[in-house]
Amino acid sequence: MLLDLSQHLINAVAAGTIYALVALGYTMVYGVLKLINFAHGDVMMVGVYVGYAVAFLLGREAASSLLGVLAVFLVAMLVCAVLGFLIERFAYRPLREKPRLTALITAIGISFTISYGFQLDLTVGQARDAVTGVEARQLSSTPCATGSDCVTLLPGAAARRFPTIIESREWLKVSNADETSEVRLLNWQVLSFLIAVGLMVALQVLVYRTKFGKAMRAVSHDHRTAALLGIPVDTVIAGTFMLGSALAAGAGILYAIKDKQVQPLMGMYVGLKAFVAAVIGGIGNLQGAVAGALLLGLCEEAVVWFGSSSWRDAVAFGFLIVVLLFRPAGLFGRVVAEKV
Amino acid sequence: MRTTFLLACVAVLSVGCEKKKPAEADGKSGAVKQPVVEVKPAEAKPADEVLLLGEVGSLTGSEAAFGISTRDGIAMAIDEANEAGGVKGKKLAVRVYDDQSKPEEAASAVTRLITQDKVLVVLGEVASSNSLAMAPKAQEAKVPMISPSSTNPKVTEVGDYIFRVCFIDPFQGSVMAKYAHEELKFKDVAILTDKKSAYSEGLTEVFQRKFAELGGKVVAVESYAKGDTDFRAQLTNIKKLKPQGLYVPGYYQDVAVIAEQAKELGLKVTMMGGDGWDSAKLFELGGSAVDGSYVSNHYSADDPTPRVQEFIKKYQARYKTTPDSLAALGYDAARVAIEAMKRAPELTGPAIRDQIAATKDFPGVAGTITLDEKRNPVKPAVVLKVEAGAFKYVATVAP
Repeated sequence: MLLDLSQHLINAVAAGTIYALVALGYTMVYGVLKLINFAHGDVMMVGVYVGYAVAFLLGREAASSLLGVLAVFLVAMLVCAVLGFLIERFAYRPLREKPRLTALITAIGISFTISYGFQLDLTVGQARDAVTGVEARQLSSTPCATGSDCVTLLPGAAARRFPTIIESREWLKVSNADETSEVRLLNWQVLSFLIAVGLMVALQVLVYRTKFGKAMRAVSHDHRTAALLGIPVDTVIAGTFMLGSALAAGAGILYAIKDKQVQPLMGMYVGLKAFVAAVIGGIGNLQGAVAGALLLGLCEEAVVWFGSSSWRDAVAFGFLIVVLLFRPAGLFGRVVAEKV
Repeated sequence: MRTTFLLACVAVLSVGCEKKKPAEADGKSGAVKQPVVEVKPAEAKPADEVLLLGEVGSLTGSEAAFGISTRDGIAMAIDEANEAGGVKGKKLAVRVYDDQSKPEEAASAVTRLITQDKVLVVLGEVASSNSLAMAPKAQEAKVPMISPSSTNPKVTEVGDYIFRVCFIDPFQGSVMAKYAHEELKFKDVAILTDKKSAYSEGLTEVFQRKFAELGGKVVAVESYAKGDTDFRAQLTNIKKLKPQGLYVPGYYQDVAVIAEQAKELGLKVTMMGGDGWDSAKLFELGGSAVDGSYVSNHYSADDPTPRVQEFIKKYQARYKTTPDSLAALGYDAARVAIEAMKRAPELTGPAIRDQIAATKDFPGVAGTITLDEKRNPVKPAVVLKVEAGAFKYVATVAP
């Protein structure tokens, strides 16, 4: 019983920390802009594809070394930071003084553009030329080993296997006498947890201990007054997007290490869960996002453990409704009177 | 909706590319229609002397691999028939429309085949949902339709002009239940099913009933939803119950992740599945984790039957690759149609329909075909085992 509990807890925390990293991005952007950035999950997906490409270009050996893993994370985070900057600069900034709904719809548009754009099969030109299907077949259904020679780094609709950059190893295995229950703790679970916590601590320090963080909090409080006081609002908002996007990329790589699959719609799915987590915790609140994400992870796991797996998503979203009924601003949120 | 729009854009672009090459008359106006590929007989004859068959397939989109295999199988059957003298002294040709793996496109493609191209027989589709969109159109126009590989029972229930040459889902589920109980000697089996898929749910229901009937015990039915990538909670639950087998009647993409995570959690079970596993992608995504699993399928390239080996040899010579089940079923579907056309007293929809319905003991590559009164074939299934990244033939299970 205790062992089962521990195994379920490990599963829950592994899922929860990833939701937390993504949820932080939602919550930060909401904090400064009052905008729900629906493209956030898709930025995460782009990060995973970048990580995928980097891991393949490095090759199996190099990618699983410490420097290789670091490179996968850093390049993905950097590319996503730039992507976040571009999205903010060209999609959201022109709409900043427009009604909030305009920006929200734009966010949804960006999200679909990214996730469906990534499904376009860019190799299709050659495939379509084939009347007999010989060429098409070589691209689509030849049994292809996982060697880098026949892997296209371009995205496409089909799911791919994320390269193993952290070789799975058991760090802890405890089982009871008759071996009906056991707990396994794997190396990457611990590493993922540490990386996630590290990123969260870094963010916390940045927001509460640096000048940029102070500016961010000021903008979040009231961006017009902040501007009057000489805070470069545009820069702060752009920085917030870059920060959130980089965190999303980090979360995406951790997610891909965990579940090993890459596909263009993964961002929508994880993004939705993370958004729910951010709302449960009180959107706009950093600690709230982390707590909400861990709670959501636990809640999902508990449903499967005690109840039926068919109810997993229903209960997770039901939990959101219950929280909002009793605490409309989320668990950690404060109710702020809207000034009219 | 948005998928439709984006894919429509892709289609327009791709047609744009395609039309530049063959100097066809309708090049410009064809830009908004489905891409069209015509497989002509070796020596092109004037249109009125050619008997035209229609095919709707997923040449692009998520099931493109399925559609392309089917098209290749059909093209080969047509060419063979032409070499053997055609039907009633006339050559055959097949017109293929791409439905981009979408039911609404499949419905409009079949309408075009029937009303514009006036085809004698419609072949297609692979996915049951697409076949279900096509069937009412064919039924209404009294044009016989043969689906090569849609296994959902509802497809042929649409009407008496709709046929198929593959077995149906309930049979597939009971084959695996029987094999698990009698050959693998499993007592306790758990099931992990995709609750969003009619295919998966259908197989689960049959497997569960049949396995219990045979005296086995289904210890747990856990579920997931298409799109999930974390199955650890369900697998942790299953592990506690210590089943010998785990039946996962899903599609290869999810199966691969499930196998991987089961291995990671130390779950020692033999996995079993259905024809949804049949893709080379399974091995790419699942790696060694899927080794040792068993699946039910339509046909196996290892089947020593001479006519199967002959088909494989011809197919390999033509396409430089080993045919999968879909190619075999496409080939069978086309040949059933051609044989019926040969036997029909006149080449009209009703006459051809009657002859297709009368198909008996037809030596198909994927099993001997005898169509029952519900227009479904009564034919055996094969059980395959996954070994070192490939499917190996282990047994044939008769109905």
